[in-house]
Amino acid sequence: MEKKDIIQSVKDSLFTGIIALALFGPIVGLRTASKGEGLFITPQWGLVFILVGLCILGRFLINLNSARKTEFTFFSKFTSKLSSVTEEKAKHLAITAILFAVVFPFLPFTDRYFMDVAIMILTYIMLGWGLNIVVGLAGLLDLGYVAFYAVGAYSYALIATTFGWSFWICLPLAGIFAAFFGILLGFPVLRLRGDYLAIVTLGFGEIIRIVLINWYEVTNGPDGITGIPRPSFFGLPFKRSPDEGEASFHTFFNLEYSTMHRIIFLYYLILVLALITNYFTLKIRKLPVGRAWEALREDEIACKSLGVNPTNTKLTAFAIGAMFGGFAGSFFATRQAFISPESFTFIESAIIVAIVVLGGMGSQTGVVLASIFLIGITEMFRDLEQFRMIAFGGAMVLIMVFKPKGILANRKPTILMHGDKK
Amino acid sequence: MEYFIQQLVNGITLGSIYGLIAIGYTMVYGIIGMINFAHGDIFMIGAFVALISFIIFGLTGVALPVILLLVLLIAMLFTACYGWTVEKLAYKPLRGSFRLAPLISALGMSIVLQNYVQVAQGARVKPMQPLISGGLEFFKNSEFVVTVSYLQIFIVVLTVILMGIFTYLITKTDLGRAQRACEQDRTMTALLGINVDRTISITFIIGSSLASVAGMMFVLYYGVIDFYIGFLAGIKAFTAAVLGGIGSLPGAMLGGLLIGLIETFWGGYVSLEYKDVAAFSVLIVVLIFFPTGFLGKPDIEKV
Repeated sequence: MEKKDIIQSVKDSLFTGIIALALFGPIVGLRTASKGEGLFITPQWGLVFILVGLCILGRFLINLNSARKTEFTFFSKFTSKLSSVTEEKAKHLAITAILFAVVFPFLPFTDRYFMDVAIMILTYIMLGWGLNIVVGLAGLLDLGYVAFYAVGAYSYALIATTFGWSFWICLPLAGIFAAFFGILLGFPVLRLRGDYLAIVTLGFGEIIRIVLINWYEVTNGPDGITGIPRPSFFGLPFKRSPDEGEASFHTFFNLEYSTMHRIIFLYYLILVLALITNYFTLKIRKLPVGRAWEALREDEIACKSLGVNPTNTKLTAFAIGAMFGGFAGSFFATRQAFISPESFTFIESAIIVAIVVLGGMGSQTGVVLASIFLIGITEMFRDLEQFRMIAFGGAMVLIMVFKPKGILANRKPTILMHGDKK
Repeated sequence: MEYFIQQLVNGITLGSIYGLIAIGYTMVYGIIGMINFAHGDIFMIGAFVALISFIIFGLTGVALPVILLLVLLIAMLFTACYGWTVEKLAYKPLRGSFRLAPLISALGMSIVLQNYVQVAQGARVKPMQPLISGGLEFFKNSEFVVTVSYLQIFIVVLTVILMGIFTYLITKTDLGRAQRACEQDRTMTALLGINVDRTISITFIIGSSLASVAGMMFVLYYGVIDFYIGFLAGIKAFTAAVLGGIGSLPGAMLGGLLIGLIETFWGGYVSLEYKDVAAFSVLIVVLIFFPTGFLGKPDIEKV
């Protein structure tokens, strides 16, 4: 490295420092706090200097070693290796993963906390696979997927609490309702181009949430619905003391009562639901409608000229994606036994879209990896409650910057007509 | 009738704020074709910077117009730094990659900014005493007195002035010409010796400054902010940009006004709870009949 370069990088680092000072100065340095009447300012200059110092140092080190480049190649080598491995040994990998998922509840280190996280990850995997049909296969950016999740959860909760029907009847009904909403929304808006569609679906998600908050008579407003029936094991409830003349799960199988039974059952339930979603997606991809989705994603005009009806084709993708969202929603309702509009905010949609895109659009394995990674990150930072979402957002940015096509970008179009498309 | 005029005045004020934010969306969309999801949070940061400077200057006892001017400049400067940095960190490395990548990166950035402000400034709402009080009253003899507060006049006048400067900047200066050229064909513009990266950076700086002005107006108008205001204001402003035809600058302002009016009238005449629903429903209806918004260029796909 020459002297000129060093001077240059020192200058550059100082410039970074000035920018960092401007960024952190007011927001971090001058903390507003209410005291009695009005707001007062508590300065935190120490923190600002630490942050600015870190920025300068970081920038200088990056310049000095051009560390960014090595890091970048390392990361992309790792992920491309990962994609080639997952592509070659896809079958073995899938079987191993499923086997691991099946024995997971009985592993020695698995406790209640692990099970809860695993159920959460599986719920996101299922949502990711459901959305993957819409975003990954059909190429429609849906930023309001949580609406269908909410419709599924609320229709399950309302049907189950009003009519007292069992989980297995309500589940398909919730799915059908969600699919119906998918068609309802999709019909007018699917003619729109990508970004317009994104914002309309986002608006739809918000509309559903606002209606849920304000429609007291039906949804009980912000208080949500309580006392949603828990699922039963083919008619056997998971109760400590079953009603007179009724068997419960542990009495029927002569087991010691444990709350883990229900958790393990829920775990298998979501595992099966998720695997059904995956199986369905893998099969439908090979059917004419699945091929039409992928063709539409690549080139809509070519599709039209070949006689594919774009609106109907997109509508099926939208409805099927919504249906799986509805299934996941009813699972969520039965697991929580309580739902409120708070669980269905935009951030959920953002997380699901992030899982699909970060995983590499259209890649089923990618969705699994991205769910584990993103939910894992937020769980790791659980003790630092406040920093958790910063880490989450930061991870989204970093993955996109270093690997714009997602962790597993093995979607290779067979023929490219226009060369490199934006 | 008097009630109608009152709602009209309120709607125009709100519409000015949305319009200023919408310009940032539409400019960025025009030049790099991405939805800058973090823009709503940039607006929120602008509001926070304005609030902090109001508190500081409030202690010094400088005359009100001077305070307003200083806060305006400070908010624009610091918020522009945020806009610039966000572009450099999260969007620039993604230029030329596939369409969804910058969007996801922007979503991530939006989450980061929101939670960063929550950590740095606390999650509680921040109230501020009204600085500009009083107003003009009309129709004093009728049952309903229409009040146009000085604050509303200030907001609308400031918006008009800024729009004037901004329109001049875009239509008459070299910078604006470079920007419009980048919008049409980035490769060709680069070949003609225009620094495309710099032009894009400046776009972000202008957009963020305008958003920070909207943030300052928001603080003054509502008197209370928190770290979450960027989300709803952001999507409504984006709705405004789409409504007016994304990529079109007069469209953004028109869309902002429309969204502000729709929201206020809906809140005034139909139901207050569902005023947010109204804005989105109108968007859906408009897009069905005008798929590219009111002033957007029809989008012809060539094979």
